[in-house]
Parts: sequence; C-alpha cells; structure tokens
Amino acid sequence: MTETPEKKVGIISCSGEECVEGTISRVATRLVLGKLRPNETVTICLPLFLAGGREEREFARDYPTITVDGCDKMCAKVATERYSGEPASSIVVTDLTKNWQCPKLSARRKLDNETLTVTRKVADRIAEQVDDVLRHWV
Amino acid sequence: MKSTGSQHKKIIVIPCSGIGKAFGSISRDATYEVVENLRKDVTQTLCLALLVSGDQESLQLVRNNKVITVDGCPLQCAEKNVKLAGGNLAGSLRVVDAYKQNRQLKPRGVTFLDNDGQQMALALAEKIANKVDDLLEEQ
Repeated sequence: MTETPEKKVGIISCSGEECVEGTISRVATRLVLGKLRPNETVTICLPLFLAGGREEREFARDYPTITVDGCDKMCAKVATERYSGEPASSIVVTDLTKNWQCPKLSARRKLDNETLTVTRKVADRIAEQVDDVLRHWV
Repeated sequence: MKSTGSQHKKIIVIPCSGIGKAFGSISRDATYEVVENLRKDVTQTLCLALLVSGDQESLQLVRNNKVITVDGCPLQCAEKNVKLAGGNLAGSLRVVDAYKQNRQLKPRGVTFLDNDGQQMALALAEKIANKVDDLLEEQ
C-alpha cells in the first residue's frame, strides 16, 4: 500500500480467482488507479487485509473506501465492514452486468474484447464513485 | 504428466492475487496456466478471499484436498491464509523463486502482464505443474 498524505480513496477489490467477474473487478480497479484517478486513489491488497495487515486495516478505518466485488458473496465488502467499518460505496460486478444485460462472459484469464469493454464500464463506474466520495469529503 | 486419472482428488492451486505489483499478477496468471491448460483435469483454483471469509464449502475443499499456494511477495498471504483455514497445505511456491532463475526477465505491467511477465508466469506454471505431479505420485 502506498503512503496516504491527503485526500485519498481506498479501493478494495475482491480477488475472485474462480470467476471472470473477479478478474473484471481486479482489472477495473487497476484501471482506476493507473489511468482514471491515479492521484485520488490507492488500493489495498485484500488477501493481506484479510490476513491481518495492520496498515491496511487502519487505512480503511481512517479513509473512505470503495469495495469492488465480483459476485454477490461480496468478500471485499464483508471484510471491510468486519475489520475497518462501512465502506463509502460498494460495487458488485454481477449486479452491473445484469443491469447492462451483458451476455455471459467467460474469459477469466485474458479478457477478450467484449469483457474488456465491460471492464472499462465498471472502471468508469468506480471513478464516478470516487468523485462522489471526494465531493462529499468533510 | 505422470498421472491424470480422474479418480484422484483435485489439487487446489491458490494464488495470492496481490494487486499492487506485477508479482501478484504473475501468481494469478501462472495459476490459470496450470488449472486451464497444463493440469486442467487434476487441479482447480479457489477464491482466496472467499476462503478467508469463512465460506464452508471453500474450507471443506482446502481441508479435504491437497493445496498448493502461489505467493507474489514475502508476506505470503496465500500460504498464511490456507494455514489459518486449517487447509491441507502440500506445497508453497513463490514468484520470487521463478524470478531468481529468470533474472533476464523484468516484468512491469500489473493490470496487464507484459511479455516478460507472461514468460515468468509460464516458467512458474511449470514449477507448479511439477509439484502437482509429485503430489499425484504420492497419492
């Protein structure tokens, strides 16, 4: 995790190895961190957070977080609530793809064009949530 | 491959999927190479976060089958979390071990692995597959 000197929003993505939506969560989060909102966001490694990473848990307690989960089991959201507090916002990829009426996605390792398009839309949604959190920062 | 019989239990391969550095992505890609290509009939992966969240089905899976963890950094979250879950940890591999044997590779991409990252993932996948074979032979 990087240093957090000012207003930063933590994005916590599920690892979701078993399903394509887990890969979408992870890549969308990386797109926000690297391209869409690089100065406003940091990420927290969920396995480290779950393993008891002190810095990660303190960050998530002190700064607003957005959880990004691949499926309705919502591991990232549940873990954040359990160890650090209510996230400022939470996104579930399967909810979005259902609303967008996406066809069945399957390429969990290397995202094909169709899945990449969906991933970019998820990243845009995360970025919107980041802006919203920053707008309401007290 | 020495054994592919479907009568065997599956071997569970769990990467750390660390999101901050290329090594986390390599752990994940190497795992997919094993479970989707190299040893697809005898292995499967599992959501690490779901396991640590206490999901009963995942807990039973790691307790009743042999598990290989693949970690991207020295914190070894995958290994630690499988141990904490009471899993049957049978092997623990680290991306850094593949790096030591392939120092000419300089993986940089995290979101999408670059060519060096993909090559390192394939090298690591071979190591995982060899470990799978060893475990199958023991069974």
